[in-house]
Amino acid sequence: MRSEYSGVQLTALVAVRFAIGWHFFYEGVSKFVNPYWTAAGYLESSQGFMSEYFLDLAANPGTLAFVDQLNVWGLILVGLGLMLGGLTRTATVFGIIMLLLYYLATPPWPGLEYTIPAEGAYLIINKTLIELCALLVTLFFPTGHIVGLDRLLRLARARGSVQESYA
Amino acid sequence: MSDDIRNGGEEIFDEPTGSMAEDSADEPTASPTESEVEADGAADLPPPAEPPSTSSQSGSGGMGRRDVLKALATVPVLGALGYTALRRRGLDADERRRLLDELGIEDEGAALFSEFETRTHPDKIRVGVIGYGEEGESLVRSLGFAHPDWFEERREAKLEDPRDTSLEEWLDQENLNVELTAVCDLFDVRAERAIVASTQTIRPGGDTRQLEPAKRYRHFEELVAAPDVDAVIIATPDHWHTRIAVAAAEMGKHVYCEKCMTRTEDEVWPMAEAVRSSGIVFQLGHQNRQMESHDKARQVIEKGILGPVTLVETTTNRNDPWGAWVWEIHEKGNPRSIDWELFQEEAANKVPFSLERFFRWRCWYDYGTGLSGDLLSHEYDAVNQILDLGIPHSATASGGIYFFKDGRDVPDVWQAVLEYPDRDLTLVYSATLANGYQRGIRMMGHDATMEVGPRLKVTADGLSTRYKEMLEEGFLKTDRPLLTYQTGFKGVDAVTTATQEYFASRGLLFTYRGGRRVSTYYLHLREWLSCIRYGGTPSCNIDRGIEEAITCHMATKSYREGRRVYWDPIERRIV
Repeated sequence: MRSEYSGVQLTALVAVRFAIGWHFFYEGVSKFVNPYWTAAGYLESSQGFMSEYFLDLAANPGTLAFVDQLNVWGLILVGLGLMLGGLTRTATVFGIIMLLLYYLATPPWPGLEYTIPAEGAYLIINKTLIELCALLVTLFFPTGHIVGLDRLLRLARARGSVQESYA
Repeated sequence: MSDDIRNGGEEIFDEPTGSMAEDSADEPTASPTESEVEADGAADLPPPAEPPSTSSQSGSGGMGRRDVLKALATVPVLGALGYTALRRRGLDADERRRLLDELGIEDEGAALFSEFETRTHPDKIRVGVIGYGEEGESLVRSLGFAHPDWFEERREAKLEDPRDTSLEEWLDQENLNVELTAVCDLFDVRAERAIVASTQTIRPGGDTRQLEPAKRYRHFEELVAAPDVDAVIIATPDHWHTRIAVAAAEMGKHVYCEKCMTRTEDEVWPMAEAVRSSGIVFQLGHQNRQMESHDKARQVIEKGILGPVTLVETTTNRNDPWGAWVWEIHEKGNPRSIDWELFQEEAANKVPFSLERFFRWRCWYDYGTGLSGDLLSHEYDAVNQILDLGIPHSATASGGIYFFKDGRDVPDVWQAVLEYPDRDLTLVYSATLANGYQRGIRMMGHDATMEVGPRLKVTADGLSTRYKEMLEEGFLKTDRPLLTYQTGFKGVDAVTTATQEYFASRGLLFTYRGGRRVSTYYLHLREWLSCIRYGGTPSCNIDRGIEEAITCHMATKSYREGRRVYWDPIERRIV
């Protein structure tokens, strides 16, 4: 069976995709089930060049409610997509956008200090950025079509196009 | 794909872990069909041209068992995750429910916000302010009259920190339908500031009426007698509170009086008598009465969650000159712009003109009672609000002038111990003006300890009788609060997970859900105005005021006389 990856490569790539998906999904679910959760605190701690934008989001109850919903469902859907390998490319792109926003909201850049304690020591690179980089790998070394629902989607499409060409 | 069917089940298990070997392309056995379909499946690459023969290879139209298994390879793990998450959620909810049930706490939202509906007030209330220093200006601003300087300050603050939303919050306040018609201040500059503030057309609640400027009165007696004054705010130094309040009450004017209610014990009774006999609405300026978390703290006490409370500790820590009453001496302050003789008319000792004494009056017993009337009064009132303590049986106080040796005669480090034997409880107040460590209020019961601030935190005691079983089975832990309450949040949160605890401990002072951030000054004034309009008794009425003043004066007396003092409930005096 021909593939662009070796067995170990595929295993590693699927593991990265799946782990990130798990993380996204569980972050989303835990926010979904917690009636007290809101992004307000995170947004309010925003610093850096984009902080004003994030603070504005937090300051308006309407946009905040929207951002909260978007966050919860974004996390859940991206998580499902990555874990199941369904619409993997879309999920990956959205995942990258979300991580980029999280990163830019509270970037660990020199000179910025946060009241929320970090659990480690970070300079410029933090876990969010690493997760983002890992998603870039997932984006350019896709596996959903090999291990994932995309395999079925592709096959279904293939079958459709074949039938079309017969018709 | 069709491979699977030909080869049977064995290969399926190889696939995810490595049957797609790198060299598989070279494998002579690899059927062309398979590689075609595989390439086609590459999600992000343009599919190569599809030979029509592909579908015929597989009976199921290109979708074999192996495909399905590969496609769904990750589903079982997802199932496990989902199951674990749901189970945990169920456990959390069960634990939370059980805890709330055991504690008898309702899961309802905050009382304050549910009643907090905006209404229009058809009848206007005309307010006069006596004493327009920093506090007077804050109070008048909370009513809706801000000086242009304040707008400028807010704008600058916003530039420095975009999170500063104090101006927006102020503008979001309700239109209280009040007019600032009169001002009395002994310092010209301040009186003029009040007049400017009274005519501003930027006001909360969309009120843009152009109002007449407030009239300035040189003497408070003229102000309280003015026909266009319905109610007065007294924000003078303490030594003037009683005389002004009595005069206002006699004229039938409602009174909002700053704390401490009086400067001396003797002044308490004429004040109380005047308020009671006139039937005016009296509110003492302890805006902590409006703190949502204090209401919840009361509920915690009522439900007996702490068990018998034997010790309450409350504190003040400040560490800057402003906090120690070293207030700004205005450059325009001089014997011509300040009516010094009138200022000290009610003072215990008469001294020559002194800018320090006029602008930093809290540093002298002639005009106030230092930490006692300024800060013990707040702390005591908060505890009284939660525990209904009343006047203590006895008081012992000690301290000294240990840091601000600037000529003041009130201590800057000061402790007071108040005994309540009929409640089996001691209240300890401890304060320093030379250290900023925040200690808050702690209520210590046999079963649990409650920390009171904008956020409530109740932690079970390791040797509690009530929670013994729950502690033994590990359901309750002493390193985690059993209950927290965050002002402005949806309701009580029984904390059972570390994540929630972390979130709760971030010290958010406000939220945007279910409520909005509001100033307690404004709420306290609003309550006073509501009682004037619609009847009722304000939360910090004259009875609470008597308890506050007597308690503070007991502690002051103890410190100044160097002995323990007692309350004589028959004679109603401090002995």
